[in-house]
This record gives sequence, C-alpha cells and structure tokens, in this order.
Amino acid sequence: MTVKEAAPPSAAAPGVQRRGSGARVKARRGGRWWIPWLFLAPALILFLYFKFIPMAQAVSMSVQEVRPYLGNTWVGTANYSEILSSESFRSATWNTIVLAVGQTFGAMALGFTLALLVEGQTRKLSFIRSAAFLPVVVPMAVVAELWRIMYHPTSDGLMNQVIALAGLGPSGFINDPDTSLASIAVTGIWRGAPYDMMIFLAGLAGIDRGLYEAATVDGASTKQRILHVTLPGLRPVFAILFVLAAVRGFRSFTEVFLLTNGGPNGSTEVVMTLIYKLGLEQNRLGVGSAGAVLLFVATLVLTICVQLLRKGRSA
Amino acid sequence: MSAATETALGLTESKGLGSRILKFVVYTGLFVVFGGPLLALLVSSFNHVSDPTQLSVFPKSPTLDNFKIAFDQGVLKYLMNSFFVVGFGLLLQVAVSVLAGYALARKVFPMMTLVMVAILATMMLPEEILALPLTLVLADLPLVHLNLMGTLAGMIVPLGAWAFSILVMTEFMKDVPRELEEAARIDGAGEFRIFAQIILPLCKPALGVIGVFGFTMIWDQYLLPLLVATDSSAYTLPLALRTLRIDPLVTPGVVMAASLLALLPSVLVFLFFQRSFARGLTAGALKG
Repeated sequence: MTVKEAAPPSAAAPGVQRRGSGARVKARRGGRWWIPWLFLAPALILFLYFKFIPMAQAVSMSVQEVRPYLGNTWVGTANYSEILSSESFRSATWNTIVLAVGQTFGAMALGFTLALLVEGQTRKLSFIRSAAFLPVVVPMAVVAELWRIMYHPTSDGLMNQVIALAGLGPSGFINDPDTSLASIAVTGIWRGAPYDMMIFLAGLAGIDRGLYEAATVDGASTKQRILHVTLPGLRPVFAILFVLAAVRGFRSFTEVFLLTNGGPNGSTEVVMTLIYKLGLEQNRLGVGSAGAVLLFVATLVLTICVQLLRKGRSA
Repeated sequence: MSAATETALGLTESKGLGSRILKFVVYTGLFVVFGGPLLALLVSSFNHVSDPTQLSVFPKSPTLDNFKIAFDQGVLKYLMNSFFVVGFGLLLQVAVSVLAGYALARKVFPMMTLVMVAILATMMLPEEILALPLTLVLADLPLVHLNLMGTLAGMIVPLGAWAFSILVMTEFMKDVPRELEEAARIDGAGEFRIFAQIILPLCKPALGVIGVFGFTMIWDQYLLPLLVATDSSAYTLPLALRTLRIDPLVTPGVVMAASLLALLPSVLVFLFFQRSFARGLTAGALKG
C-alpha cells in the first residue's frame, strides 16, 4: 500500500490546473476528491453487504452456538473441533479433494491434448469448435439433469450403451458407491475440458514460433519440442487453470447436489453439500460456518501456494 | 518459416492424407463427445421419453407434447423468473462495473490500492463459502432491515458487484487516451458527461465482454436462488428442473424439454457473441 492514507485530499483547490508533483496533479485534474468514491460507491456497498459482512458473520458464527431468537453463546473452538473430529466431515473432505483433483487434472489433460490436436486448423472447422465449447455455457443444473438420465443404471441407459461398445458394463454409475464419485468427476471433466482447451489454444498462439523453428533446425523430435518449448511456454497458463479449477472443485455443489446429493451411502458427500445440510437442513449454523471458514482457508492457502510457486520459478 | 513449425505438434492445414484422417477423427470425436449429450437432450425433448432408458440421439415421431406438459407444470413462470433475474441482474452488474471501472482506471486517489485489494479479495468469497450467512443477511439487511428472502430481488442484488466485470472494465478504460478526456474538460464537460459521452462509448467491446460473461454467470446461478427461494413461486428455471424430475408424473422427456428452455438463452448468447466471449476468456484467464 504505497498510497498513504494521510495524503491530503485535493479538495482545497478544485479544478485548478496547476503544475505540481505527480499523483496529486492527476488527482486534482480528475476534480474533487469524493468523485472517485461516488463512482465506486455502488460496488463497494454491494461488496460490503454481500461479501464482507457475510464473511465476518461466518467467522463470528463459527465460534458461537447459533440459536435463532434465543441469542448466540460463545463456544470458542468447539464448532471447529466438532466438525474436524466428525467422521462425515473427514470423508467429505477426502471426497472433495478426490473430486477436485480428478476434475482438475482430467479436464486439463483432455483440454491440453485437444488443444494440441486442434491448433492451427481453425478456419474451416470453427463450427465444430463452437459445438465443443457449448458444455461450458450450458447451466450446471441442466448438465446435471442430463447426465443423471444418461447415467441410468440399467444396460439400456445411454452411457451403459456407450460403454457396452467397448465391451464394458453395465455400470451403476452414480448409483453405485464404487463409481459414483468418478461419474461426477467425468461430468465435471466433460464440462471443464472445452474451457481449458480454449485457454490452452490462446496460450499456444502466444508461443514464439521462432522457438519451434529453432528446435526443428536443431533436430528436435515432436516430443522434445513439446517437452522443452511448448510446456515451459505454457507454464503460466497451467498455473492459472490449476488454481481456477482446483478452487472451483473445492466448492463443487450444484453437480453433486443434483446428481447424487451425497449418496449413495455418503460416497459422494463433499464439503459443500455437507455444509448445506448442516446449516440449512439441520439448522446447525455454527458448525456449518466452521466448515465454510475451513473451506475458505483451504482455497486461500492453495491460491497463495500456487502464486508463490509461480513467482519462485519465474524469478 | 516453414509450415511444419507453426504449431506445437507440427500439424497444419496440409493436404496430406494422414493429417486429413487425423483431422477427421479429432473433429468427429470432439463433436460426438461434447455435442452428443446435448444432441440427446435436444432430440429427447421432442421425443416421447417415458423413462430414462429411452434417451436417444435418434428422433422418432417428433412431438411438442413434452413442452405442453412442461408449460402445464408452470415452466413458463419459472422461465419468466429467470429472465427477470438475469435482466435486472445484468443491468445492475454492468452499471456497477462501468462506474467502478471509471474510478479505478481514470482517477488516482488515496487508498486506491486498498480498494483494489478488497475487490480482488471478493474473488475468494464466492456464494458457496458465504451460503449460510448470506441467508441471514438477506433475511435482514443490515441498517436498512429489508427482508429479501423469497424474493427475486434477493437473487439479484448479491450479484450486482462482480470483481471480474469491474476488472475487465478497469483494464479497458485505462487504454482510452487522456487527450480525449482533457479536451472535453477544457470544453467544460462535467465529470459525468466525460464518463457517459467520452469514455463509455469507447468501451463497447468491453461492454460486450462483461455483458456476455455476466449473462452466463447469472443464468448459471444455482445455489443463490436455492438459498433465497422459500417456495416455488420464486423458482428460477434451473431450480425448477429438480422439482420437475422429482414429480413422479413428469417423464424425463418433459425434464429434457424444460432443460432445453433453460440452456437456450445462454447458448444463444454465446453463439451470437462468440467474439466477445473469446476476448473475455483470454482477458480473464491469462491476465489473472
């Protein structure tokens, strides 16, 4: 924060164009001191009401026993120790991590492969590329309802017919505790891979063509070229996609809620569905808030770690 | 530069048989995998699908019955709710973003860094993490003491300020030349006039980006409407899909018909504004 809070407001001489030192002239050139705040007010008020106040409330509820109409009582870290020691939260955490990791890496691997294959062949077939991108803009609720039907557990179900072509199945998919989490991950990958593909394509377009040429002249094989030119060139893209997808994976809710709602047998319960059930179905707002705060800390730590890793490497 | 060095794999628009076959396989695969399920949805919404095993990509005796039943179930009302939310939500979001973007891009003021940090911080605070306290805040807004639970307004205002839109607007407005603004100021134009008549008209591409992304973002909302809607009269269409599915008298064909109505608006917006979409993808993801 280089801008000092104590900096004198330039309201004293409004509107006068006087040559002075850097920032102050600019501020004055823009008119009275409150003008930027006037323009920022709607955004700041909305953020305050719907981001910062709720976050503060989540933290405060997480250390209280919340009893509507009766008043809250301070319980310290009791909510945290309760949720951390509960078997259901631990298994939900594990499921969340598995789902986030599976979806993130699945979508990135598929997206990267497709981007390599599709790169440079854009003109005539942009129609198909648009079609491939559609899953990204289809509302998650629709995706979930559609896949729910496709995952019908009998051999007549659409996905079972598809895997039967490869001699597999029939599978119970989301109805079988062994395959339910993987099935949700596949749905997530289906929706996430086209997005990753587009971002990778944008990244590929930014790689210096001269490096490819140089590598070819030096006799590098295609594999070496990808390993030593393409992948290093895409490192920032990988980092950003990883953070975006992992953070999104941590807070997966809609697809799980609609496909399985945590079942069968808790095999797909994730942190968000658990928080939803704790807070809104069992009215245990304190414990649910403790879960939400932990989820926030997890996403924050992950983001910071990746940023630090990125900075460390590029320096 | 030889053609073979233009892409990572060395694939080009060459006429060789091998590359043509590869191209055919890749594109067919892409189309089948990502387009196939949506095609099944489309076809099934016009088929008689009385149980989930009849989901298919092959049309047979197309009918509008599914849509008729869906409308009997009140889908039109849910669709109208969705349009209301996305219409006013987007209006609010765009207005908030251009105003904030103007201040952040064209002004220098104390605590600007702090404001920027606060805006970035909101990206770490999505509805999911704030779900429980949001229901309490919406039930009794601090200071003004309004209860927005069960109202469409309660689904709109929390989306009014979106960091992504504000940052896109800020980046874009930074690129408008100072000279234009100064010339207008010398001519005696006031602050709001400079904003509305000089800066804003030059930001149409950015307006396209935040419009398209805002639309799909609001249309895709699920958790927030789920928290806010206390009964089905305030349901948006995505929420209503689950109610339809649970109803034993409603066939999967009807659910697919309602799903088609739920996905068409955002798909059409994407198809019509693909260029804005592509611009926003790279701006959002690559610049961070």
